[in-house]
Amino acid sequence: MSIMNLNSFIYMRHELVLVAVILLFLLAEIVVGSKNKNFTVNFAAGLFLLATAIGFLPIPYGEMFGGMYQTSEVNILMKNVLNVGVLIVFLQSIAWLKKDENEGRITEFFLLIVSTLVGMDYMISAGDFLMFYLGLELATIPMAALAAYQVYSIKSAEAGIKLLLLAALSSGIMLYGVSMLYGANESLYFADLIQNLSNNPLNILGLIFVFSGLAFKISIVPFHFWTADVYEGAPMNVTSYMSVISKASAAFVLMTLLFTVFKQLSQEWTYALYITSVLTMTMGNLFALRQKNIKRYLAFSSIAQAGFIFLGIIAGSQMGMSTVIYFLAIYIFSNLAVFGVAGAIFNQTGKESIDDYNGLYKTNPALALTMTFGLFSLAGIPPVAGFFGKFFLFTAAMESGFLWLTVIAVVNTIISLYYYLLIIKAMYIIPNDQPIEKFSSDFYMKAGLILATVGILSIGFFGGIHNYIFDISFGILN
Amino acid sequence: MDILSLLIVIPVLTLVAIAFSKSYKQVRVIAAIGSGIQLIQSFNLVWQYLQERASGNTATMVFTKSYVWFEKFNIHYDIGVDGISVALIALTGIIVSAGVYASWGVKEQAKEFFIWLILLATGVFGFFIAIDLFTMFVFYEIAVIPMYLLIGVWGSGKKEYSAMKLTLMLMGASAILLVALIGLYLYSDVDGGVRTWNILELAKVTMPIEAQRIFFPMAFVGFGALGALFPFHTWSPDGHASAPTAVSMLHAGVLMKLGGYGALRIAVGLMPEAAQEQAWFFMILTGIGAVYGAFGAIMQTDLKYINAYSSVSHLAMILFAVLMFNVTALNGAVMQMISHGFITALFFSLIGMIYGRTHTRDIYKMGGLMKVMPILAGSYMVASFASLGLPGFSAFVAEMTIFVGAFQNPDIFYRITAVLVTSSIVITAVYILRAAGILLMGPIKNEEFKELSDSVWYEKVTLVILILSITVVGMAPLWLSNMITDSLTPMLQRFAAL
Repeated sequence: MSIMNLNSFIYMRHELVLVAVILLFLLAEIVVGSKNKNFTVNFAAGLFLLATAIGFLPIPYGEMFGGMYQTSEVNILMKNVLNVGVLIVFLQSIAWLKKDENEGRITEFFLLIVSTLVGMDYMISAGDFLMFYLGLELATIPMAALAAYQVYSIKSAEAGIKLLLLAALSSGIMLYGVSMLYGANESLYFADLIQNLSNNPLNILGLIFVFSGLAFKISIVPFHFWTADVYEGAPMNVTSYMSVISKASAAFVLMTLLFTVFKQLSQEWTYALYITSVLTMTMGNLFALRQKNIKRYLAFSSIAQAGFIFLGIIAGSQMGMSTVIYFLAIYIFSNLAVFGVAGAIFNQTGKESIDDYNGLYKTNPALALTMTFGLFSLAGIPPVAGFFGKFFLFTAAMESGFLWLTVIAVVNTIISLYYYLLIIKAMYIIPNDQPIEKFSSDFYMKAGLILATVGILSIGFFGGIHNYIFDISFGILN
Repeated sequence: MDILSLLIVIPVLTLVAIAFSKSYKQVRVIAAIGSGIQLIQSFNLVWQYLQERASGNTATMVFTKSYVWFEKFNIHYDIGVDGISVALIALTGIIVSAGVYASWGVKEQAKEFFIWLILLATGVFGFFIAIDLFTMFVFYEIAVIPMYLLIGVWGSGKKEYSAMKLTLMLMGASAILLVALIGLYLYSDVDGGVRTWNILELAKVTMPIEAQRIFFPMAFVGFGALGALFPFHTWSPDGHASAPTAVSMLHAGVLMKLGGYGALRIAVGLMPEAAQEQAWFFMILTGIGAVYGAFGAIMQTDLKYINAYSSVSHLAMILFAVLMFNVTALNGAVMQMISHGFITALFFSLIGMIYGRTHTRDIYKMGGLMKVMPILAGSYMVASFASLGLPGFSAFVAEMTIFVGAFQNPDIFYRITAVLVTSSIVITAVYILRAAGILLMGPIKNEEFKELSDSVWYEKVTLVILILSITVVGMAPLWLSNMITDSLTPMLQRFAAL
């Protein structure tokens, strides 16, 4: 345990910078007022860009508060990936925020998102279950406010309350699990738990409860029932944020917890992951087949994707961990490309049904192409990045001996290919007398889409990215 | 830039040039120039290859280059060619050129059409030069996925259904194949050493028989589905019937050969023990495929369906020959890939040209075309005779070699299936001659057909390229045959050790 001093606060730079960002948002709101939309959005985007850039500065790693908070290279990487994702979300939201319906509430949106991001960062860096729980709640409660952002829409309000109630329930379950772990081991510090955790029934129950709490956040089947409704009710950009950033951070945290705190119980959690992974992939895909609304469609698609992530976690190896992080980064870019296009179209026309996309390529080829890259990446078709992510997940799972799980997963990729192709078919093939008219998005939206597309198209070609992630990852065995 | 990577770079540059072109006229000229350069480069490769061999280079693969891609998985961008891939690259170059001229009339969204078409070709070239399983698989998928849009947007008939069926079946097969490839990688260190995706390294590894038993059928079916292995061939008739002309040409002519090539080089070549063990099962499937495909063609009245079923039958012979494990049959398999590529592309281009004039593909609605369009009809006769296996054309050489090779195996089961497969050429005669007779001979059934014109210049270019190729291979097969046989030696040495 290190002795605290002021210098060590630099380890916490991601969180501190974000808190400073929040305070500056508030200050700007007071000083400039909420009328000046252009200033508000430029200020927010610029400030967050700066915060993202600061995250990439090389700064040493260490721990604080007696090990309650710790950073490592891989934690920092994940936080940076999340920051880039949030930056893209911000860029894609600006056109929507400038609409009249959001008059006077622009800062609110930025504020709430950055608050949840701070929570996720603390969750990632937690070295203790209390810190972990604080982070988790901070990442969840503002999310409910975000889901209910459109106060006059019943669906949005319903989404908010649904998320809040179910999140509270899942937090309760998780806390119960944490209390069991404390009861059995008399400590909440990860460092102590790693050494003491034996496979006595109390610990196993604790594992199951903690796992359930996080499974809710990643919307793993059978903890997924809230997902489609909340995603549909929430505003498009909030949905995009929830299904991408929030999910990626929770998946990463679940993996690190299983790989560190619960590594003695790996036999037990392997079973749980095996079953939930198969269920999640299959159910997500089967439900996605019949969806007509793009948000519900993407909700089930992202449930299915979570099942694939488990393939890397279940592998338990250094290779597995590196492929999960690699896949998560790609997942963020691909999903943001798809959500970005859906958001651009929604802003312009208010349409969010898949049938409305018929003939999109003829009128808006750039948007259709971006969507195509995103969908191909989600489906795992080369040369876009999603292919590499999935291929490596499969390799990692098979390397650890999960041949038949991999076979189930590849069969699932084909089911998913079918519904991803449905949108491609709508955009390119199905004729439409009244397609969405040609329109031009604003600068921010374009920048957001280009960032996401460049990510999708380039990640696979630079093998060094995976090397770097591999080198900073760790497996259960070491 | 090495000589092999150029084969990727040229089509990619063509793609970029097409993307920046203004009108459909520019697009097709650029496509023609690009594919022309590519064709020259392919022939240049054949020439360079023969020079290299003549100068005494006996390495399994020549012109090899290796660049690290994903270090931790030991994935490399590994390229290299032997006689088999060189021959297939030349085939691809020829068919792509012919396909561009066959699509000269495409005006609707021409830019997108040629972009997808050339992207497909890029995937095929990449597949043939790759000797790293991962790189190979990447190119394989790049070759398959453009089919969806090519059929879905520019196709005819029930195109949406066909496009979806084709894509899902082929991608499904490739997903199973992927598992087999990962299996090969994971077992590549059983003799010690590091894991690898490199085919040359993998050929030295003795994979445990238990693992081979799981992964061989996956690999064989994965590649076989693209090579129309019965009962995974059902995408092929629908897909070909709905696809636009050039796409049918490229798909039947080249893309389906990826299946045969992969089955030979990867499934059988890298897992020979399990291949020999399970050969009987797949021999039955290919035997059924050869005979069933031929009977299926008899029952059809749509020209494209006839030719699609005929392809199922002829491609089954390739997969059948691949399972024979002797030099003659394997040589015949590769010869058949090339020969069938030319003949089927010729057929599909002619069908497209005839359909463009008569607006029907039903043979009973046409007749006496020899009188109105002698050049097209004459070419159709040539294609028919070539497909029948008449001496002087490429199919004779290829099929003869396969049957002789298949009969060499003294085992009674092998001989019975060989006879069964051979019998399919008799049935082939029935449907080929019947179709040609109804279509070309007799009275003209429809008065409007009397006004139809014969071929125009770009159609003639397509026909000349393909007919010339068929006859050259048919008349002078030895140089090609020798080139292939040399490259089969390392594989055969491994079989001999079994």
